[in-house]
Amino acid sequence: MSISVNHISKHFGSFSALDNISLDIPEGELVALLGPSGCGKTTLLRIIAGLEQADQGDVFLKGDKVTDKPVKNRQIGFVFQHYALFRHMTVFENVAFGLRVKPRSERPGEAIIHKKVHDLLGLVQLDWLHDRYPDQLSGGQRQRIALARALAVEPSVLLLDEPFGALDAGVRKDLRQWLRNLHHDLNVTSIFVTHDQEEAMEVASQVVVLNHGRIEQQGAPGDIYDHPANAFVSRFIGQTNVFNLEEHDSDWLQAAGLPTAQHYGKIAHVRPHDIVIEKSRADSDAFVTLKDWQHLGALIRIELVKNGSAASVYAEMPNDQFRRLHLNKGDKVDLRIRHAHWFH
Amino acid sequence: MSAVSANSFITSKKLTLSDPNWVRYVLIGLTLGIIGLFLLLPLLTVLVEAFAKGWTAYSSSLTHPDALAAMRLTLFIALITVPLTTVFGVSAAWAIARFDFRGKSLLITLIDLPFSVSPVIAGLIYVLIFGAQGWLGPWFSEHDIKIIFAVPGIVLATLFVTFPFVARELIPLMQEIGHEEEEAALSLGASGWQTFFRVTLPNVKWGLLNGVLLCNARAMGEFGAVSVVSGHIRGLTNTLPLHVEVSYNEYDFVGSFAGASLLAALAVVTLVFKTVLEWKQNQDKKLKAKG
Repeated sequence: MSISVNHISKHFGSFSALDNISLDIPEGELVALLGPSGCGKTTLLRIIAGLEQADQGDVFLKGDKVTDKPVKNRQIGFVFQHYALFRHMTVFENVAFGLRVKPRSERPGEAIIHKKVHDLLGLVQLDWLHDRYPDQLSGGQRQRIALARALAVEPSVLLLDEPFGALDAGVRKDLRQWLRNLHHDLNVTSIFVTHDQEEAMEVASQVVVLNHGRIEQQGAPGDIYDHPANAFVSRFIGQTNVFNLEEHDSDWLQAAGLPTAQHYGKIAHVRPHDIVIEKSRADSDAFVTLKDWQHLGALIRIELVKNGSAASVYAEMPNDQFRRLHLNKGDKVDLRIRHAHWFH
Repeated sequence: MSAVSANSFITSKKLTLSDPNWVRYVLIGLTLGIIGLFLLLPLLTVLVEAFAKGWTAYSSSLTHPDALAAMRLTLFIALITVPLTTVFGVSAAWAIARFDFRGKSLLITLIDLPFSVSPVIAGLIYVLIFGAQGWLGPWFSEHDIKIIFAVPGIVLATLFVTFPFVARELIPLMQEIGHEEEEAALSLGASGWQTFFRVTLPNVKWGLLNGVLLCNARAMGEFGAVSVVSGHIRGLTNTLPLHVEVSYNEYDFVGSFAGASLLAALAVVTLVFKTVLEWKQNQDKKLKAKG
């Protein structure tokens, strides 16, 4: 295991930020710590880095217990949400910093530093900015420089705290893909923190979902989406319709194709793409009214209302398929549920 | 038609934004008058009085052994207190900006205390503690250590009044800059000292220099607190401001105003340095922000 966390707990006053967290991350993975704000994900990352001390538990990096090691001896690369570039140094000096502060016996010569820094700036495709100051760079450029700076010391693990959090949507999308490719080339075990489930699904090879200081689920993005471990994960990852058997007529759900008999007292979570709609047949009991729809590019998102209920049900289907149904607002349609996850 | 209305709009805007000319002239005249009357005129008087009996009298009163001793002592006091206040200011600012602890706001208030206490009280405090009848006075006199009416007392009193200068300058600056760059330096393998000298200090250097400059001006110019503890012993415990007062009381007007002219020169030099600092700082900012 490249990174292991054993029974970590952390309190801030009476607030429990992390509650007995254990986590193993194999060599070479790109892991997303995903959760809503205040779930403890940044605290966990900072404890792994050594920027924060846990109240209990141990951290292992490459098999070494580093719980009591100061951050400077942990051989980690840390990338901050707001870049934290040294504002009084040029881009070149920022990247060279980690090499220049090495003890004299390990410090490389000026020529080696020069070559290494320019190589790293080439890697992040920003060599032409080497004599600028951080204030002169855009957000995306700063974050790439911050990454080059972290890589300069050849860290054994790379830790990124909301690396795209402060960037514009367009830049964020480019950088996600870029980070994924970079990780593929370098193969450094990496953890990044995010509250954006789309980002986690898109970039990470493993996703760890956190909530209230506990791990809700860990797995590959596809597994977590297809097999959510609990109601929180199901709601947090992707879109979900929630059908409470007490609020929704059991007969109506049966008519929609969802067997409810053995699920008494549970709640059904249904993904929008697991809801199929058809033009209404006269004898159907599972009809709903089409309220509105939105184009999401290749998909259409359809808002449906069950008669006598204020809550909307959302369905998604491919653009062309929807067009073939020739539906208008206010039409009655039949609803069929293909699949549901049941939770307490 | 539209051009006309646009024009009238501009004139009306001008009228609402600027005051009538006479208001401007009165305000500018008033400001200049006050500055001239209360700042420039006294400065001029100092020079006129200092040179009232010619250049020779001026220079000989400045080279008088007592005057020279006063200058030396003033420099010596500044040389001790300014570094101490700087070290204190940096550590206090570090503690306050970086850590959360109980009583933090109380500490900030305490740092400001010397600003709100009369310097004479500051001097008296030390007399009450270290004086012959003070709490610790007997113990020190037993061990033959003189504090009151001697140089150590002057140093203590000067430290008291100059305490807040550097800290006050640095606390808001360090709070604004935050902790992240230092964390980044540590994560890159820098030691605590390397982080301090390579990251923290360069970020606050202009504020620090400004604080040191003001602290130095106060250390050299302090009168009240020093007056209480010094004992006014000529050639031994007279600083330059005390020398000015003593000379004046003895009707040695040339000597007194010659000393005052030096202090005035110090003030001017301080102002020039301060302006240069601000200018350099702006240049620095412009250089780093030009795209």
